[in-house]
Order: sequence, then C-alpha cells, then structure tokens
Amino acid sequence: MKGRLVRGLLIVPFAVFFLVPLLAMLDFSTRDGDGRSGRAWAALVENEQLREAIISSLLLALFTVVLMVVLLVPTMIWVRLRVPRASRMIEFLCLLPLAIPPLVIVVGISGVYAWVSYFLGNSALTLTFAYVVLVLPYAYRAVDSSLASVDAVTLSEAARSLGAGWVTVILRVVLPNIWTGVLAAAFISAALVLGEYVFASLLNFDTLPVVVALLGKSDAAVSVAASLAALMFAFVLLLLLSFAGRSRHAERT
Amino acid sequence: MPSLDMESSTALAVTLLDLHRHYGPVRALDGLTLEMTPGEMVVLLGPSGCGKTTALRILAGLDTATSGQVLVGGKEITRVPANKRDMGMVFQAYSLFPHLTVVDNVAFGLKLRGVDKRKRLARAEEMLALVGLAEHRDRYANQLSGGQQQRVALARALAIEPSVLLLDEPLSALDAKVRVQLRDEIRRIQLEVGTTTLFVTHDQEEALAVADRVGVMKDGRLEQLAAPTELYNRPATRFVAEFVGLSNRLPARLEGGSAHVLGNRVATLHGSAASGSGRALVRPEAIRLERAEDGNARVLTVAFLGPISRVMCTMDDGETVLVQVSSSLGATLTPHDRVRLTTGDDAVLVVAD
Repeated sequence: MKGRLVRGLLIVPFAVFFLVPLLAMLDFSTRDGDGRSGRAWAALVENEQLREAIISSLLLALFTVVLMVVLLVPTMIWVRLRVPRASRMIEFLCLLPLAIPPLVIVVGISGVYAWVSYFLGNSALTLTFAYVVLVLPYAYRAVDSSLASVDAVTLSEAARSLGAGWVTVILRVVLPNIWTGVLAAAFISAALVLGEYVFASLLNFDTLPVVVALLGKSDAAVSVAASLAALMFAFVLLLLLSFAGRSRHAERT
Repeated sequence: MPSLDMESSTALAVTLLDLHRHYGPVRALDGLTLEMTPGEMVVLLGPSGCGKTTALRILAGLDTATSGQVLVGGKEITRVPANKRDMGMVFQAYSLFPHLTVVDNVAFGLKLRGVDKRKRLARAEEMLALVGLAEHRDRYANQLSGGQQQRVALARALAIEPSVLLLDEPLSALDAKVRVQLRDEIRRIQLEVGTTTLFVTHDQEEALAVADRVGVMKDGRLEQLAAPTELYNRPATRFVAEFVGLSNRLPARLEGGSAHVLGNRVATLHGSAASGSGRALVRPEAIRLERAEDGNARVLTVAFLGPISRVMCTMDDGETVLVQVSSSLGATLTPHDRVRLTTGDDAVLVVAD
C-alpha cells in the first residue's frame, strides 16, 4: 500500500515533466488565430515535401532495421556459438560509433557517399548504410543482453544432437529465445533513425527531421505537428516493445 | 508401462580407438581406447579435468579428436558432424528449448526428421509416459523442476531412437534425493529400451549404481574398465583404489605374494608391489573392529550414518584408521575406548610407500 502510494507520487512529476511539453506542442500546432484548427496536421499529408520526408524516414527506419537484423543477429549468434574469442572484438566494433561524434563520422564517410550516390543514385534511402552503423551500439546491447539470458551454447548442442543443422539451430532454436532482444533492437533502431538529423542534414538528404527543421523556419505550426507525430510514433513503438516483452514473459509463467 | 519400438537387438557397439585431444600443451585425452558392447551402459568416472566429458563430446560429434577413431556399429564416424550422428544426449545444464512446450521439445528431433505430426506427437507422448511426465505435456521448461526437466531431456533424447545415448553428468545439478530417484529411473529406462549408453559422472556412487561397466579415467586415459563390483573389490591401480570408495593406507610388509597388515596375513591383488614394505589400501568395511582392553587402537570419533557408523581410530603406532561398523556396534563405542582392529580375508592392493 505504502509502496503503491510512493509510486503514485513519483509518477506525477515524471508525467508532468514529459506530458507538459507534448501538450504544449499539441496546443501550439492546433492554434489558428483565436481559435483551433487542424491545418498544421493536415499539412503533414498535404505538404508534398513533408509527406515525402515522412515516407523516406519510415522506409529508412524499415531498411535500417532489416539490414541491422540480417547483419548483426546471425553474426552475434555465430560468434557466441562458434567463435566466442571474437566476442570482444565484435563488441568493440559495434560500440565504436558511440565513441566517435556523429559529425566526425559524417566527415569521414562523405567521401564514401560520393561513390554510393554514383552507384545507387541520390536517394535518401542510401542513408541506410550509415544508419546501420549508427544504430549498432544500441542494437548490439539489446541483442547481447538477450543472448546472455539463455544458454545458447547448450541449446544449440542439444539441437545439433537431435539432428539440427546450423541454419535450423539459429532460426528455430536460438532466434525464438532472443526474440524480445531482437525486437528491442529493431524498435530502438527505428526510433533512432526517425530522429536522426546530423547525418541526413550534412549529407544533404531530406529526411523527416531535416524537413521539420526547415519548416520550422517558415511554418512553425506544421514543424511542431510533424515533431509531435514523430515523437508519438516512437512512443508507440517503445510501448509495443514493452508489451511484446511482457506478453512473452507472461506466456511462460 | 508403454510398449516401445526400440529393441536391444538394434543396439550398436561403440568403439573409441586411441583418441587424443590436445588443447595446446594440455592433453585432455591421451590415447583413450574404449569398447562398448551393444546395449551396454558404460559409465566414465573420474575427477574434473580427467577427460571424461571430452570423450563423450567427441563421441557426440560436439568436439573433434586431434587423432584417433570413433566407430559405431563398426562404421567410422570420426568426421561425421553431430547432427548426422543419430545420438541422443542429455546435458548437465538444463537444455530444454524454453520457447517450446514439453511435448514439442520431445517431438523436436522427430520434426527435423520429417515424421508427420500425428506420429511424432504419439511418439512424444509415449516417451513422456516412459519418464512419467505425460500429464506435463503442455508445460514450458520454466514450469518444471530440475528433475522433471532432465526427465523430459531424456525423453527427448530417446524419442529419436538414437543409436547411442549419451548422458553428460545429467544429475549433478539436482538435489540428493531426486538424484538417486532419477539415477535409478535412468537405469530402468536404459534396460527397457536397450540403447548402448555412455554416462559421464564424477559421482562414484552414481557410477557404481547404474553401470554395466565403469571406466575410471585419469589424465586422459582409462585407468581401469570393469564391472562395479570388480572395480570396487579389485582395483587395478592405486588411483582407482583411492578414487572409488574410501581407503585406508595401512603399513604392510610384503612376503611371498602376501602381505602382513594389522597383524594378519592377506593375499595381494595383481598390480601390488612385489616385496619389501608398502602401504595396503584397505576399505573401511574390510577392517574388523572389536572391543578389547588389550587391543591395538583407540576410538577417536564415531559418526552415525543411519544403518552404518564410521569409526575413526588411532593405532598405537599413531596411524589413523577409518572403520565401518554396523550402527548397533557403533552405538556402544565412545571416544577413548580400546578396540582391536584386524583385516578381513579380502585381497588388498599394496603400493609403494
């Protein structure tokens, strides 16, 4: 009872801290002279530049997540099962983007991107490659903690002794048991990509955050509406993540 | 009890031939040769690091021998990958797939073999009935006790009708009571299905209780491979005598193929020192104890162990001797009592000092 009261008291300032700016954004984006209107929100769909930026960012998030999962998850499982001595090196490589300022990375890869644009065209979707590197530290942590919570080596040996090949071991034994971690990595990556500004801006791609910043200079209401929409989208993703984790836990207990 | 398709006639012989496994300078296996007859249960027993688990893992295909051969049913499988070996294995760590129910765990190997759903579920249920867990078919691993998880793991290993069953210290994570129950159950099931089985453990009581033959390992080699009674009563080496069961190391004088121990003349086992003085390895239950004011020892402590008691005595020459007596005799003894210790008629192994 006392614990519940303390929790209730604690949640109030936190809720105020997070909700007041969101409510202020909602208030600002729906203001129209003395009254209210949905003009700024309608512009999210009607404004072609903004619409394209939203689609670009969503596709970027999707491609980044897919490429990250395809590259990182099998690599981490393989390292854990077959070459554990390489785990330090993989961890170091994955966490490296965290230690290098994004600005430095952008300056470093801008030369590479000239070639990427030359071969793949000047689409914002080519940012996928840079974003996969950017999300590695967060995705690595999520997958690694999930892998550490199961005895992947014993499970894989049990599966092997029952006749499973390596692909079956990864897809049907290890992956289902680290699914929550992979899901967490995917959602966190998507949320990061939706909010990434430095790479996109300096490499001259019109993603949602770049266009929102631009719009902020000409039409602040639309800019705030887009920001709020992006925030809410990320919030929904994280909410789904926590539910996914909880339901998997519940089905086993 | 459910009827089983598996017959002992399908059991295969297993041969490990001069197996070596080197990890840098460490020789985990150093020329291990072991032959198992069809349907036999051999237990590899030894201290940590003796190579018993390495031998089992090489047989399973989970580790690769530096040199040597593995043969099952006369066919060499040394380079065959683990998933093509058709062996069922139960691990020391709990190894049930957490995302699958008990019945799906047991049916997993059959699913991989393309057995249709109806048949594989029937087989899984049959195996669960065999290990006494039919009513737990829809549970997940974390809803089972450790003993239940190992039973399901056993059912899973047997469901695929393996050519060889491998048990890698399957009981060591369980508490003492469950360990004894499951140990007996494993033996019952093994006899019923008749699969050739290699069991690895460091627990000598477990080894002696379930094995057809016990192989005692030391430094990557087999010290002795024999039936439990022979291993216990006629240890081939000092290591075996000391590792299996408790042994006193009593001063002995060798003379004409026999030894003088505690004033008695007893035969010596093969492998004993030939002459001179040495130490006889004598089991606590092979020493007779009687109350005697003019005896040769004094009681130090008496430990009550249920049906038996262990009495620690000090000989007049200062040697400490452990004796096993019935608890009815043990109850009459108190520290400082004078007693007479003599050896029985069993032959003893005498080693150099």
